[in-house]
Amino acid sequence: MNARTAVMLPGSTTPAAHHERYITTRVLGALLALLCLSLLAGISLGSINVAPGTVATVLAANVLPHGWIDVRKVSEADSVIVWLIRTPRVLVAALVGAGLALAGAQMQGLFHNPLASPDLVGTSAGGAFGAVLAIACGLATRSLWYVPLLAFLGAMGALCAVYAIATQRGRTPVATLLLAGVALSALIGAATSLVISLQFVNYQVAQEIVFWLMGGLDSRTWVHVSMIAPCVALGALIAGAVRRELDVLLLGEEAAASLGVDVEHIKRLVLTSAALLTGAAVAVSGVIGFVGLVVPHMVRLLMGPAHRRVLPASALAGASCVIVADVLARTVMRPEELRLGIITAAFGAPFFLYLLLTRARDAAVR
Amino acid sequence: MSTLALHNAGVAIDGHWLLRGATMTLRAGNVTAFLGPNGSGKTTLLCVLAGLLTPSAGHVTLHGQDLHSFGRRALAQRIAFVPQDTHVSVAFTVREMVEMGRHPHLRRFERVRQRDHALVEDAMRRADVWHLARRPVTELSGGERQRVIIARSLATQADVLLLDEPTANLDIAHALDVLDLCQQLAHEGKAIGLALHDINAAARYATHLVLLSAGRLVTQGRPEDVLQAAQLNQVFDVCTDRTHAADGTPVFVFYRDRHEASNPDEGAARGETPS
Repeated sequence: MNARTAVMLPGSTTPAAHHERYITTRVLGALLALLCLSLLAGISLGSINVAPGTVATVLAANVLPHGWIDVRKVSEADSVIVWLIRTPRVLVAALVGAGLALAGAQMQGLFHNPLASPDLVGTSAGGAFGAVLAIACGLATRSLWYVPLLAFLGAMGALCAVYAIATQRGRTPVATLLLAGVALSALIGAATSLVISLQFVNYQVAQEIVFWLMGGLDSRTWVHVSMIAPCVALGALIAGAVRRELDVLLLGEEAAASLGVDVEHIKRLVLTSAALLTGAAVAVSGVIGFVGLVVPHMVRLLMGPAHRRVLPASALAGASCVIVADVLARTVMRPEELRLGIITAAFGAPFFLYLLLTRARDAAVR
Repeated sequence: MSTLALHNAGVAIDGHWLLRGATMTLRAGNVTAFLGPNGSGKTTLLCVLAGLLTPSAGHVTLHGQDLHSFGRRALAQRIAFVPQDTHVSVAFTVREMVEMGRHPHLRRFERVRQRDHALVEDAMRRADVWHLARRPVTELSGGERQRVIIARSLATQADVLLLDEPTANLDIAHALDVLDLCQQLAHEGKAIGLALHDINAAARYATHLVLLSAGRLVTQGRPEDVLQAAQLNQVFDVCTDRTHAADGTPVFVFYRDRHEASNPDEGAARGETPS
């Protein structure tokens, strides 16, 4: 999607249009470079550091046809660390970050509120409940697929419930949607607490649940990449498809309708996309807060409100953010790993407060 | 040539009729003005014409075809609506705002093209917002914002333009500019519908007048027939003096006879434009 936005159109007849496109191209280019750097850093750094040259060699050897790259200089351990441990982990991190940021950007557009976040409609709570249930029932030990699957189903189920509750006579007012989401999240949260408290006698399971809830990317494999990638791809495709409608919806539902937008249809599409993206993210990484809230907001300050710029930039910036946060989680207390959710909250929450306060000050000035 | 017509249309919300038995036609080449006190159903009527409200009774036709047989997008290509409240809280640039007028013409994955840019720029020039193109719409005055929304409605290339009190936020010069633009667009073959509070502006610019009171169309026709002092006195609950401007256009002066006014609360709608 970024490539499409970044291309110089022949259609601009004014310097203003040219200038705008120039800025967009430059910012997207910078974000793409940042993502490449974080990917490289994410693979090199960790409990054991691997030289960037070695990383490049291993990646090239695995991506390019067999025999093109000479891998005799690379040790077996480095090869395993780079290709089987770190690469899937940073890819999952990138997909989770891109997914959460894209979901956040869409929700903020839909709710006309720059401080909205993707878990407003109960997807995070539902996902967490599904995962906790899978762990508590012992399904987690049987197959790698159970926890992500139940988490994903939980997220989608919660969204469907919230949507059904908020819809009356074919219309779904966003305010009702928001309040239904808050109420149902609280209810599901209580159910999750209940399951945890019942499992407290079983220390190991309780520990696993609590760890999962804190969010983390430890021991994520290529299987996890293949779980999340299609969901993020589909979610991003939907987001790209409704980018103009999201712009128009920011002007209010009546204005959107008079410009030919089928408002309720777009709401369903956006919610589906946001649920796919957050559901998939929760499924493979647990609950990771503040990325979906802060990243799109930051991007908007940089590039203005138009979604054709906000969406690709959020995806790129979100991916970089989660990769960097994961690197910090791995390296801050080496060899111990911190939980990823702690890092994103530690950086995201103060930044969020900073945004709140500057907004309040701007409002006071006006 | 387009005609947008109401056939005995009514809108009821919770059993209360906001509009009842409305039959009228908006013709291409005409500037049709809707006059009436606050709460008389002008906005409701415009929303029904724009297809934003489904009438609870009667029906609406565009070129003789039921309005609701058109899809949302098809309708937006044919009818543009400029609401009374143009407040925008998001810092889109003026160009981006006007570009949204092209939305009904673009397919889902289609990009804005050369032709769209040309139409957007033309619309901005006509509504006199070209010099504002790069400014965030949140920083504009109420009048400038109004003209941006009008530019957006021009960018849709719709044949029918409905404007809800387009001059309410404008100073005299810009109000006249907007009304001149409406007149010019009507000459080009568009059908223009305006809700107005300014009866003198209606007398000068409208080719067809519709007078509303309490959700009913009291009378409609040519301005000189509709704008009778007795009629206005009754609908607006005021006293009306009719004089003439130098060019012969009728000018109305309104005042209230405090002793005879039955309900002092209903005096908001007088000849002048409220803020």
